[in-house]
Amino acid sequence: MFEHYLSIFITTVFIENIALSVFLGMCTFIAISKKIDAAFGLGVAVIVVCLITVPLNNLIYNSILKEGALAWAGLPEANLEFVGLISYIGVIAAAVQILEMFLDRFVPALYNALGVFLPLITVNCAILGASLFMIEKDLKFGESVVYGLGAGVGWAMAIVVLAGIREKLKYSDIPDGLQGLGVTFLIVGLMSFGFMSFGGISL
Amino acid sequence: MTVKQYKEVLAKPLLEENPITLQILGICSALAVTSNLSVTLVMCVALTSVVSFSNLFISIIRNYIPSSVRIIVQMTIIASLVIVVDELLKAYDYETSKKLSVFVGLIITNCIVMGRAEAFAMKEKPFISFLDGLGNGLGYSIILIAVAVVRELFGAGTLMGYEILPLVSNGGWYPANNLLLLPPSSFILIGLIIWGIRAYKTDQIEPNEYKLSKHATAPDLSKRELNV
Repeated sequence: MFEHYLSIFITTVFIENIALSVFLGMCTFIAISKKIDAAFGLGVAVIVVCLITVPLNNLIYNSILKEGALAWAGLPEANLEFVGLISYIGVIAAAVQILEMFLDRFVPALYNALGVFLPLITVNCAILGASLFMIEKDLKFGESVVYGLGAGVGWAMAIVVLAGIREKLKYSDIPDGLQGLGVTFLIVGLMSFGFMSFGGISL
Repeated sequence: MTVKQYKEVLAKPLLEENPITLQILGICSALAVTSNLSVTLVMCVALTSVVSFSNLFISIIRNYIPSSVRIIVQMTIIASLVIVVDELLKAYDYETSKKLSVFVGLIITNCIVMGRAEAFAMKEKPFISFLDGLGNGLGYSIILIAVAVVRELFGAGTLMGYEILPLVSNGGWYPANNLLLLPPSSFILIGLIIWGIRAYKTDQIEPNEYKLSKHATAPDLSKRELNV
């Protein structure tokens, strides 16, 4: 059992890295990777939110939306999958809002560290993407917890690595038009080719 | 509002303020769906219609949205539109909808839609907001189509599934560049497109944070005096 969870975790972090293999959360990935500190803060926030929302969405899908899931309420034929998207994004927006209030009240140090990034996360496609992939893979609740953690950790690792490279890149002599955004795209492309080499690993 | 202004709102996002190459919005789907031109076209149509109509609807009710809950309201409108598009696609083009997998759903969190709603539709009148959405959708489509044409033509020798460059494996002359079919190559293509656009529109160039000094080369050791 433990091995099964471990293999899901490793697969999500390395082989199916949410940033570099499935390309989710790219906008924030490229926009907020100029400094390692900021990238690290955002990475931690993504890990926390993924860890909360993916299992939550799993519960909602399995106990309300799935075909036949409402049998206990006397509606065995109800299939609410078509309202899936709007409920997942609602859950994510609500979870982010609650997390923000909770941290503000009880863990102000962490709140100040994450502050700016938390609201941004609602529109980060890595979070919604993780939930959608979780539905597509049809994971059980326990697996979805591990999947959420792995997705967050993988994304956080990728953005910290990219921020490290970009901090070094500031001192290099780059052609004018390629400066900034252009060269970042090339670097992310090369990183992503690097991550493809994990694809050969089978667990 | 004059016709000239309408034209400007529609044309600006195509090249000058392109959502992908300048505003860094909506990149995720640009990478994952561009290995095949026909899939890309479906994605472009889906995104363009969602962003235009979300701009239109948000602009219509903009004066009634309390600013504290505006993100949720915008999300609800966008998510409903995406559900409509998703269901339509599943009904009429199931194959493509399978290939796009989660990426149709991810239009909800595509930053172009949210960004334009926030930056334009909340302030302007409905019709011009619709045009702004259309322009940004088209700007996104131009880049996606350019990337998809290069990837499919040189990666597989076909366009929309029709053979253009006969492959060596089929008895033709063109050895396929399989590297282009791998998703990471689209990063490199977009990077090069950005370089191209900025070589033409030099005002988009980002200034370097650190200037190289004039004496960046190594000091001339032969002239150094010996301190004996």
